[in-house]
Amino acid sequence: MDLKSLALQPSGLAPGHRTCAGCGIPPIVRTVLRAIDGPKIVVNATGCLEVTTTIYPYSSWEVPYFHSVFGNAAASASGIDTALTFLEKKGLLPKGGKPKIIVFAGDGGTYDIGLQALSGALERGHEFLYICYDNSAYMNTGVQRSSATPKYAETTTTPLGSASIGKLEWRKPLTEIVVAHRLPYVAQASLSHLLDLATKVEEANSIRGPKFINVLQPCPTGWGFDSSQTFTLAKLAVETRFWPLYKVELIEDQLKWSITAPVANPKPVRDFLEGQSRFKHLFVPRNSQLLPELQSQVDRRWRELEQRSRSF
Amino acid sequence: MIKGLTGGQAAAEALRQINPAVMAAYPITPQTPIIESYAQMVADHKVDTEYLAVESEHSALSAALAAQVTGVRATTATASQGLAYMYEMLPVVSGLRMPVLMNVAARALSAPINIHCDHSDVMAARDCGWLQIFAENPQEVYDLNLIGLTLAEEVSLPVMVIQDGFITSHCLEKVDLLEDEVALSFVGTRQPPYSLLEHAPTVGPVALPDSQMEAKENQSQAFSQALETYPRLCQKYHQISGRNYDWTQNAFLNEAQAVLVALGSSAGTLRYVAGKMRQENFPVGVVKATLYRPFPYEVYNHLLSPIPAVGVLDRSLAYGAEAPLYTDVKASLYEETWRPYLESFIYGLGGRDFQAKDAREIFLSLLGEVE
Repeated sequence: MDLKSLALQPSGLAPGHRTCAGCGIPPIVRTVLRAIDGPKIVVNATGCLEVTTTIYPYSSWEVPYFHSVFGNAAASASGIDTALTFLEKKGLLPKGGKPKIIVFAGDGGTYDIGLQALSGALERGHEFLYICYDNSAYMNTGVQRSSATPKYAETTTTPLGSASIGKLEWRKPLTEIVVAHRLPYVAQASLSHLLDLATKVEEANSIRGPKFINVLQPCPTGWGFDSSQTFTLAKLAVETRFWPLYKVELIEDQLKWSITAPVANPKPVRDFLEGQSRFKHLFVPRNSQLLPELQSQVDRRWRELEQRSRSF
Repeated sequence: MIKGLTGGQAAAEALRQINPAVMAAYPITPQTPIIESYAQMVADHKVDTEYLAVESEHSALSAALAAQVTGVRATTATASQGLAYMYEMLPVVSGLRMPVLMNVAARALSAPINIHCDHSDVMAARDCGWLQIFAENPQEVYDLNLIGLTLAEEVSLPVMVIQDGFITSHCLEKVDLLEDEVALSFVGTRQPPYSLLEHAPTVGPVALPDSQMEAKENQSQAFSQALETYPRLCQKYHQISGRNYDWTQNAFLNEAQAVLVALGSSAGTLRYVAGKMRQENFPVGVVKATLYRPFPYEVYNHLLSPIPAVGVLDRSLAYGAEAPLYTDVKASLYEETWRPYLESFIYGLGGRDFQAKDAREIFLSLLGEVE
């Protein structure tokens, strides 16, 4: 597969939607849908993608689309999958065959309010591909912190103040929590590496059972950068090892971890952070101790990932 | 065919005959006899249903809703905290106009935690756009599942078929079942207006202030339609079963001076007591509220406006306001220039026994008001 032929595939998401300029969500959605042939059903959690693409009487969706609430995307996928199983056994599926279920949900709908439904659906082993577009806060409601928000990020519920330097907690390691469910396929991807994302979608799509891909989605509105810099930020997240690209496959009941975009000479994490206004307070002299703390965590997490990848 | 069944098993028998594509459920007392009986039917392949044992009630209703959007039938069952946990999904299911059938074994809401019957769970869910039908006993649970589903699908609204937790759900009684083919032919097959499989609909869109009111007005009109459709279905059901259902089911109203209105299993106690008291020449009668939403105001007006004294029994409270059924009955009488003496009685919260002597006492006190 190459990007050119991928771009020629129907995307399922029409132009004219209402996402912000520079939003990373549409290219993620289009890349995912382009990488999957045949009939599809999109399930969406409440969030940026939903509110910007379905304002009645308009719809940006050229594929069947279902949304009901914020925290139940995986439960919705479970219901549809179960109905499709029934119809398949009865020979009642439409001629095109069994549609692929693709879930799109943000970090709020995945890391936080949707985690229980996600965990339940993963345990039950439903047939779907779950794509989390992780913009690391509640962007749709105005940039409140989520459990995906990185440490020290400023959000509207972790504002800077005389007694505050932003969010105090590390981000939840959701991808690893999903890996712990021992799915056939779990991966992290980035907007900057679209071919890597498409390949992961293709690989996931070829395997039965629940699959999960966590895609980092830079958000100009919430992170505070110029809307021309979305792909640059996504790339820096990978090049600084802040957001490693890897996959975890379950092969003969063993988890096989592989780094899909090795970063031999990483840039310092400050290169990723300094272009974002949510981290601007890290660069004033009185907070100079914070940046090394973030850098050492990035280094530690990368070493862990390398060890897991090697140990197989 | 006559079988000995609990209310829970009676619901499961109706569901077996309906044979829906998906049963999505999460266990909660006292709904468990419904879902356990049904799981056994699935295990014995008496049905084609896929049993989806989800991790919460929120997911149970979410999954049932999503399954229905593919055009199939999906069902769930719950009680109490489970229904409360589903609350977010209740208006979504009705707003999307999906005729999900849900059995509820009514139970008190916490706190204090209490597993026994009252109607605080279903009353808290009252204004979420669901049809609500109350069954008195296992036979009615069975019949009203078939009528309820048919009604729901005709008007594209979801339906709760409500039985009293433990009192009905765990009470073994004779239930006369229709032949499977007769039941199936009554409920027919679902004819969905659209499906995720046949078109490429965008289901669950955003409505702005320019369209939300139209959607809600349509939903409200469907309840008026349900009010007209329901007696027609009851008549049709009478033809195949010989059993009579109506908006209300009444006893001893002829020349009655005091009438009690109630929901669910207590209506049986009231009828028993009224029968005894009639033998002693006390002019008392009973109105059982079967179809609770939509509420047939004209029916109550017609039935109750000539009665000198009416008591309304509520098995739930409306904190800081008058009780739910009482409020509805009272509203139905507003248009009359002469109105009955009307009194509200709260009873049976958290499974507190409601006995024949309690019913007799209430009847006597009402009669005392009109002497």
